Amino acid sequence: MSDTVLELAGVAVEYGRRGQRLRAVDGVDLTVARGEIVGLVGESGCGKSTLARAAVGLEPLAAGAVTFEGRAVASLGRRRRPEFLRGLQMVFQDPYESLNPRRKVGEIVADGVRLGGGSRKDGLRRAAEVLERVGLPATAAASYPHEFSGGQRQRIAIARTLVTRPSCLIADEPISALDASAQAQIANLLSELVQDDLGLVLVSHDLSVVRQVADRVAVMYLGRIVEIGATDVVWGNPRHPYTEALVAAIPRVGAGVLPTDLPGDVPDPAHPPAGCRFHPRCPLAQDSCRELDQRLAPVQGREIACHIRSGGGPP
Amino acid sequence: MTVPASAPLDPPDPVAAVARRRRLRPVTPVPWRRPLALTGVGVIGAWVVIAIFAPLIAPYNPLAQKFAILAPPSAAHWFGTDELGRDVFSRVLYGARITLPLAVILIIAAMIIGAVIGGIAGYFGGWVDNVLMRVADLVFAFPGIILALAIAAALGPQLRNAVIAVVFVSWPSYARLVRSLVLTARSAQYVVASRLLGASGVRILFTDIRPNAAGPVLVLAALDIGNAVLLLSGLSFLGLGAQPPTPEWGAMVAEGAQNFNDWWVGMFPGLAILTVVLAFNFIGDALRDMLDPRTARAVRP
Amino acid sequence: MDELLRVEDLTVALPTRSGYHKAVDGMSFAVDAGEVMGIAGESGSGKTITALSLFGLLPHGARVTGSIRLDGIELTALSGRQLRDIRGRQIAMVSQDPATSLHPILPIGTQLTEHMRHHLGVSKDEALIRAAGLLQTVRIPDPEQALRSYPGQFSGGMRQRIAIAAALAAEPRLLVADEPTTALDVTVQAGILRLLDRLCRERGMAVIVITHDLGVMSATAGRLCVMYAGRLAEAGPTAELLGRPRHPYTRGLLDALPQEGGASLVPIGGSPPSLGQVPTGCPFHPRCRYARPSCATERPDPERIAEEHLLACPPDPLRTPS
Repeated sequence: MSDTVLELAGVAVEYGRRGQRLRAVDGVDLTVARGEIVGLVGESGCGKSTLARAAVGLEPLAAGAVTFEGRAVASLGRRRRPEFLRGLQMVFQDPYESLNPRRKVGEIVADGVRLGGGSRKDGLRRAAEVLERVGLPATAAASYPHEFSGGQRQRIAIARTLVTRPSCLIADEPISALDASAQAQIANLLSELVQDDLGLVLVSHDLSVVRQVADRVAVMYLGRIVEIGATDVVWGNPRHPYTEALVAAIPRVGAGVLPTDLPGDVPDPAHPPAGCRFHPRCPLAQDSCRELDQRLAPVQGREIACHIRSGGGPP
Repeated sequence: MTVPASAPLDPPDPVAAVARRRRLRPVTPVPWRRPLALTGVGVIGAWVVIAIFAPLIAPYNPLAQKFAILAPPSAAHWFGTDELGRDVFSRVLYGARITLPLAVILIIAAMIIGAVIGGIAGYFGGWVDNVLMRVADLVFAFPGIILALAIAAALGPQLRNAVIAVVFVSWPSYARLVRSLVLTARSAQYVVASRLLGASGVRILFTDIRPNAAGPVLVLAALDIGNAVLLLSGLSFLGLGAQPPTPEWGAMVAEGAQNFNDWWVGMFPGLAILTVVLAFNFIGDALRDMLDPRTARAVRP
Repeated sequence: MDELLRVEDLTVALPTRSGYHKAVDGMSFAVDAGEVMGIAGESGSGKTITALSLFGLLPHGARVTGSIRLDGIELTALSGRQLRDIRGRQIAMVSQDPATSLHPILPIGTQLTEHMRHHLGVSKDEALIRAAGLLQTVRIPDPEQALRSYPGQFSGGMRQRIAIAAALAAEPRLLVADEPTTALDVTVQAGILRLLDRLCRERGMAVIVITHDLGVMSATAGRLCVMYAGRLAEAGPTAELLGRPRHPYTRGLLDALPQEGGASLVPIGGSPPSLGQVPTGCPFHPRCRYARPSCATERPDPERIAEEHLLACPPDPLRTPS
């Protein structure tokens, strides 16, 4: 097993003022190794984006710790981000917002080199290299972001992170703002890059793409991971009721039936349900679910947070 | 330009490409297609030429008091003469050498002071922001001309003091503008990305925020020069700026007010002020309109 | 089924800096009452402009040619006032972002009843009762309370349901849903798709679903039009088009989808052309695996290749049907 490059232990992130605090992420454990893609899926309000930001150091932690290559990741304050964190980078969702419209692509991409102490020439040369690595011509460096399509911009954004030779990338919904062909292209690009010994956390609400590309997948609901394991295992045979609902809700080409919906709404994260957070909407819910707040336990080759399915009751 | 996803056959040297484009790129956008803006540029251009070549163009010495007093416009004196027998036309031409440079210097000073203060307030926030903005609010609370008047009077009636007064009255607009630009830019994703790469605050202000802030600030400056001209002239009109016999337009209008029946004394300097202010306003409007289409471009089908 | 809408040779040219360019070029299709028809395509395919032209809500300066007949009435020949009467009453639209289609500071009740009273002429009380009924139809809990609430108090999925209720207020015969679930979570999307299906069956309403998501298309639409660069690429029964696609673009879209079994995604190289940069001949030829020299010069028109199946691609004996 290749070495772990990023580790989250008991991570919690809170928002809100004194007296009215809301836990967007509540006790998450996650590891990412080089050469692996960990998918992080869940619906609105599950905290996956917050978790992604916390993993890269953009959110202060209310509890727990994030470790990158063995060193603690402190959240970004007023000062410069420490040198040793250069290998931990992020790809953002909106390619129209993540590139400065007033700067040339070459300069934007060369930033990583300049900020690492390199000269302007070095920067531009390295920029040309990575632009080609992501499938764009080196001449793209002389143009402005607005001259490119969404998919191309996202490649530029990825290139920008590559100049620092990262060992771990956190991609927060990198393809949702793109159209279909671009989505597939970027997903393929990310898979390729991981083979260069990079760890990738792929946050996405598009379950099909995560299924295609991720080695392991973690399903989040209301700030917690409810199921985590190898993608094939989790997808092919989901054991947590929420994961089952997610999989059943995906409309498939040629399925011939309407997807199943999940009744109810996601509860207010400021007032999560007592006990198991999913129980108000769970088809398996029993009285005990209101009291027992089950943590992740191994079941059939993956881990789930459901006491019924992990041997506490009939499956 | 749609860049295909496939790699090119023979990529040219990227370093040279960027360097080349950098030299050719204009610093400010040029208002080509808008007639009002072209008029504005033309008028200002004409005044600049006049200001530079006034000693060669002006038929007479602007300070020479040797002509007929209050003579109406004629072939010898296109704009007539004033109550001390000076040629109004020459004085108007020389006036450009005072008003234009001073107004530009004034605005640049206000812009720099305001940008620095606004930038600090926006970037650091907290009590620094509060204190600085309250100072700006204090200045805003007074009508510009009144405050400028008070300051110029306190400092003494001199053109230099009038300039200081107008700078003092003008910087808060820039501070507010730059502060809000910095605030918006701070949370922009590309700034976050830069921070993740290890950029320091100063670097972000210069590399990421400044290019986006430059446009709106320049627009404000262009529109404000007209204002500056008016304030300066106003102060001179009230006797607090340029002192006699300096041929400053505002002071000349003041003389014209005292010689109301001899309309040419005040009208021509007044027209000079009008043309300059209007011209700068046209340019400012065009610059502002040119900045807008940027957001319109982001619409996807 | 009676034919409700027939669009023939619709062409919409939009003004740009470099002159007029066709956003929609010769589109033809028909929708029967009570059926769900899908229009699929990527961004730039012209699908949204097609939808907007049904309502006469095109950008200023747009030039429209062709025919749009709703129940026999030629919409392109109507005046602004007449079109306003049709909008909402005969055809209604639900768009992608309910945050922009619902007024943020008017209560839900007002927004629902406003249309109703204008088009149906009912009294305020009657309208409120109907509005509560509509909210119940779209499964909003506690309709009475909801009528007094504001859009900001609801989640994205709920807002979309409310937007659908608002579209249904004047009992339209045709509902156009432009990317109705793209911005929603998958379980919420499933709920909306089921809702649309139920409404269609219960009310005999025709629905045009516009989306790039072929999974959604497969789940809801009985028939499907695939658009590319403003033109029709392929049209026919959904099951057939997605099961045995004949147009290379349709095939490309399907191949780009994540498949069961984990084969890698095969994206279509390049990107869709933008307005004014549509290639000559067949617009898809620069990205097409099967392109022949003639594809760059001859523009293929949609041909009927089977009972309900239209295809805009010349027959090629070397290309095996999938």
